[in-house]
Amino acid sequence: MIHIQAQLHFGEDFELKVDHELPLEGVTGLFGRSGCGKTTLLRLIAGLERVKGASVRFGDQCWQQGRHFMPLHKRRIGLVFQEHSLLPHLSVQDNLLYGYKRTPADLRRLHPPEVTAMLGLNDLLSRRIDQLSGGQRQRVSLGRALLISPQLLLLDEPMAALDTQTKREIMPFLGRMAAESGVPIIMVSHSPDEIERLADRIVFMQNGRIQRIETLHESLARPDSPLFEDSGAVSVLEGWLGDVGEDGVRPFGPPEARLWVPAPIQIPVNTHIRLRILARDVSLSLVNPEHISIQNHLPVTIERINLPRDNRCVVACRTEDGQLVLAEVTARAVRQLNLEAGTRLYALIKSVALLE
Amino acid sequence: MFTLGPAEWQAIEVTFRLCLYTTIILLVLATPLAWWLAKGRSYARVVVQAVVALPLVLPPTVLGFYLLMALGPRGVVGRTLEDLGLHHLAFSFEGILIASVIYSMPFAVQPLTEAFKNLGRRPVEVASSLGAGALDRFRTVIFPLTRGGFVVAATLTFAHTLGEFGVILMLGGSIPGETKVLSVLIYDHAESMNYAAAHSLSLMLLIFAFVTLFIVYSMTRRFRVATL
Repeated sequence: MIHIQAQLHFGEDFELKVDHELPLEGVTGLFGRSGCGKTTLLRLIAGLERVKGASVRFGDQCWQQGRHFMPLHKRRIGLVFQEHSLLPHLSVQDNLLYGYKRTPADLRRLHPPEVTAMLGLNDLLSRRIDQLSGGQRQRVSLGRALLISPQLLLLDEPMAALDTQTKREIMPFLGRMAAESGVPIIMVSHSPDEIERLADRIVFMQNGRIQRIETLHESLARPDSPLFEDSGAVSVLEGWLGDVGEDGVRPFGPPEARLWVPAPIQIPVNTHIRLRILARDVSLSLVNPEHISIQNHLPVTIERINLPRDNRCVVACRTEDGQLVLAEVTARAVRQLNLEAGTRLYALIKSVALLE
Repeated sequence: MFTLGPAEWQAIEVTFRLCLYTTIILLVLATPLAWWLAKGRSYARVVVQAVVALPLVLPPTVLGFYLLMALGPRGVVGRTLEDLGLHHLAFSFEGILIASVIYSMPFAVQPLTEAFKNLGRRPVEVASSLGAGALDRFRTVIFPLTRGGFVVAATLTFAHTLGEFGVILMLGGSIPGETKVLSVLIYDHAESMNYAAAHSLSLMLLIFAFVTLFIVYSMTRRFRVATL
């Protein structure tokens, strides 16, 4: 648990006011629009912003209280920024080792060989910083932060400066890092996509306040989730990936809720993955249609039908293995098919995005 | 024409010592000051910035006059020193050293402030997060990344101290081996119509000044450091 209590003003129109405990397990996403105060909150936790009267407690360590202020270099926090954070006068190797060398030997839990392997850095070690691509730089930044064996990793929009392709490359590394390093992560993001891929828990911020702290699944289960603002309602299914079948598609999930997904052959069998499904890519059918191009038909039970907006309803359906799939259908369809809570039917899923 | 007598050598020695000490003292003083100036925009900073830049606009005689008042036997500092059984600072090497430090301060502070501003806070924050304390950060991150600024600050300070004349004449007079620096010696030579000696020293200073500025400006291009 990290407990933060702070109040500060920036000029006339911005005030940050928090008094909350954030859970520290897995990945916590700090989500909100630009200017809502999420980066300031992150800097407060890091001790980069020394706010008068604020208090920050990390577990049983007091980082700031009254006149006590532990400087950042004693907090053992790994920091990764949007961009330009590698030390330009050092090679990749020296950047990676900068923090490692300064970490007392008895506190080192992560070591260069495993971290460079985890982040695919072995071929880059002797390079100069200006010979790296944007994605490579971020991987080096992540590795460098991990090598101080941090108690906490703070990622400030680590992918915001990357193009879509590079983002796609980096995402698996981030996911792997979160899973394998065992270090709690707080990640600032304004992208629902990143949050859905990586976060276990979300802290929603608005106008300098923390609105709500909930798990990813709690957030995806409520129709007014801020995560839905960009691309409409979304569901995230979790499950294990099976072996490659005939047409390149691979089974996902248990037999009673099986999907066939086009997953790259490189992902090992029995990898736990997330699938992101847009509600508007899901149709509902009372019968299991046979002659149809959509291949994924999940038997589901309607749990709830949200009130229509613009004549469209989001229907929350429970799969046989207890996960939630959202389908966006017209209000007219709900009426004509007589849909109501408890109706058993089929969710036809047109496309899924794989979140490794 | 370029034969240097003992008086010239003595003046060169005093000048060199003055320039070297001034540069060393100023780099030590200006580094934290410039760091503080580069970090924000509060009014206190504007005031300090203006005070530091005063020697750029004031006639050297004004500075020399006030320093003479303060450091001389009847000045606050001078009298206190006398009371302590020490000597006051007018007409002494220590006196003109203090004067030089004040007089050349903007030439050390401004390039360093610019260099620190260009550096930004990111590399320093990164180094902190990686466990580096303040001195460690300075040694391994700040200094290597602002080296150009330090070279420019040191060279300009040295060269500007070399060009000092008014302040030294006001405060230090012209005591051989103590306060008689090259610029004062040239003045003395010209006063006593010894134009040949004045010429050889002047030419020497001219060439030295040109070479120094040439180095500074090529550094400025290479490191993209702003100077005055």
